[in-house]
Amino acid sequence: MNVLGKILALGMLSVIAACTNNDPSALGGGFGNGANGAISPGSPSDPRSPAYFQQTVGDRVLFSVDQSTLTPQAQTVLQGQADWLLANTDFVATIEGHADEQGTREYNLGLGAKRANAAREYLISRGVAGNRLTTVSYGKERPIEICSTEECYSKNRRAVTVLTGSTLG
Amino acid sequence: MMRFLTSLLLGLTLLAAPVSAQNGPLRLELDQGIIEPLPFAVPNFVPDGPAATQYANDLSRVIADDLIGTGLFREISSDAFISRVSSFEAPLQFADWKAINAEALVTGAVNVSGNKLTVRFRVWDVFSDKELGNGLQFTGTTEGWRRMAHKVADQVYSRITGEGAYFDSRVAFVSESGPKNQRLKRLAIMDYDGANVQYLTDSAAIVLAPRFSPTGDRLLYTSYASGSPRIYVLDVDRVRQTELNTQGGTMSFSPRFSPDGRSIVYSLIQGGNTDLWKMDLASGQSVRLTNTPAIETAPSYSPDGTRIVFESDRSGTPQLYIMPANGGEATRISFGQGRYGTPVWSPRGDLVAFTKQNKGRFHIGVMRVDGSEERLLTSSFLDEGPTWSPNGRVIMFTRETQGASGRATLYSVDISGRNLRPVRTPDGGSDPSWGPLQN
Repeated sequence: MNVLGKILALGMLSVIAACTNNDPSALGGGFGNGANGAISPGSPSDPRSPAYFQQTVGDRVLFSVDQSTLTPQAQTVLQGQADWLLANTDFVATIEGHADEQGTREYNLGLGAKRANAAREYLISRGVAGNRLTTVSYGKERPIEICSTEECYSKNRRAVTVLTGSTLG
Repeated sequence: MMRFLTSLLLGLTLLAAPVSAQNGPLRLELDQGIIEPLPFAVPNFVPDGPAATQYANDLSRVIADDLIGTGLFREISSDAFISRVSSFEAPLQFADWKAINAEALVTGAVNVSGNKLTVRFRVWDVFSDKELGNGLQFTGTTEGWRRMAHKVADQVYSRITGEGAYFDSRVAFVSESGPKNQRLKRLAIMDYDGANVQYLTDSAAIVLAPRFSPTGDRLLYTSYASGSPRIYVLDVDRVRQTELNTQGGTMSFSPRFSPDGRSIVYSLIQGGNTDLWKMDLASGQSVRLTNTPAIETAPSYSPDGTRIVFESDRSGTPQLYIMPANGGEATRISFGQGRYGTPVWSPRGDLVAFTKQNKGRFHIGVMRVDGSEERLLTSSFLDEGPTWSPNGRVIMFTRETQGASGRATLYSVDISGRNLRPVRTPDGGSDPSWGPLQN
């Protein structure tokens, strides 16, 4: 298959994924694939697949109000992410930092950056090469849940590790 | 669309009129608190011919709407008029206007010749039986008729209040559509009253917080076009954008021009930490202004350019600080309960407008530059991002409603806290930036 054919095939896969997934949290971190290029999720039963990383390892960690410190649960998830990334060295990742809507737009951009960086630093401390991990803050621009109660806010205060590509191309 | 702005005002001419005496007793003193709006009448401007009829009606309507919108004036309906104004030159029957208690009267005439529009007007102090200031004439294009109406209204406002006005101004903002988790955002610009909306970007990338240059020729804004938040500058007339090379990090946001328009101050994220930097636009050189592990953002210059007010959580919660424009020791100015953000220095230099979050509510407020005399002007589920009218009398901001159907709308409020009103935009609106009075 030539290069163009490969790109088209990847594009079709991601279109199919988008159409069959009504729950935005089920794939791709809910947001972030757009700018960085969608990748094929593969089968969740394949431990080497992005779908497995997302659903079984866990692609996100949650934070307390205004906090960017990692809870023990978050550290457990990130340890799993680090193990997976060390075993699947083809992949690079972008860590998205998000905030809930309580707070100004500007402050939340800063807060999202701290959360993404906290996750990145933890992965690096567990041996993942820093040049495989970029960060981006979305502040409060892309909530995953849209109600205005703590139940939703707690899910929006997150750092999501989005696999953005394979180093093998 | 934008080109007419430069060619609009072909002429600004004083009508032959006696040299005005001192302003009469007709005067609103805004600092004394306006409780009762001043009654005024704008009889339909007199058209010089059939081609001018619609323009005369529309101009009169926009002039009245500008004045009503301030909350300082109350229009007397034409149903109550005793005499008609059928000639711009004919003597006024002051008694007829006194009888319906029209304290101020605005008369005018409109001429249309091809696409050239001329409007003449006078402002009358009815109870002094005399003109307030001099008659004036504006000439422009028919396409720019709304601007000419705003210019007339600016004159009326200034003559009666003795202060600068703000009707002939524009607002840059973010037009919003779609649900909160998939919101589409486009940069847009409009007249201050929501008319003539023009879109400057498409919705392919998230855009945030446009900020006008001091002369209104450029906009700074933040876009995710590259995948990360980065600062861009846009030439308003050409609708051409350029990414600014903010050094040393991949994310930058919250830019604002210096009063001379030659440099910007902004937030740069490095290693997860947000600090303030300043960039000289000509050289592209950036220098660091703050260096702490705290989130430092939302910088805004004093009108004289010597100081910067900004937001920092270095004390543990977001608060407001002022530092010298080249960095250095910062002084905290906010000490009330709650969290403070997005400070914006007033054009007069005396006040700082801000967003305050306290006990689950958001407020727009103002305080003096030393932090004293804090006053909250609004209260809702989520108010944020104030911007000042050119004369420092009105604040526009974003109000977002709660829940799954939450929507962002632009609002304005007088700095007295009165006259809270939505600004009508085609879709939702956020992050307003109120530009200067146009020339």
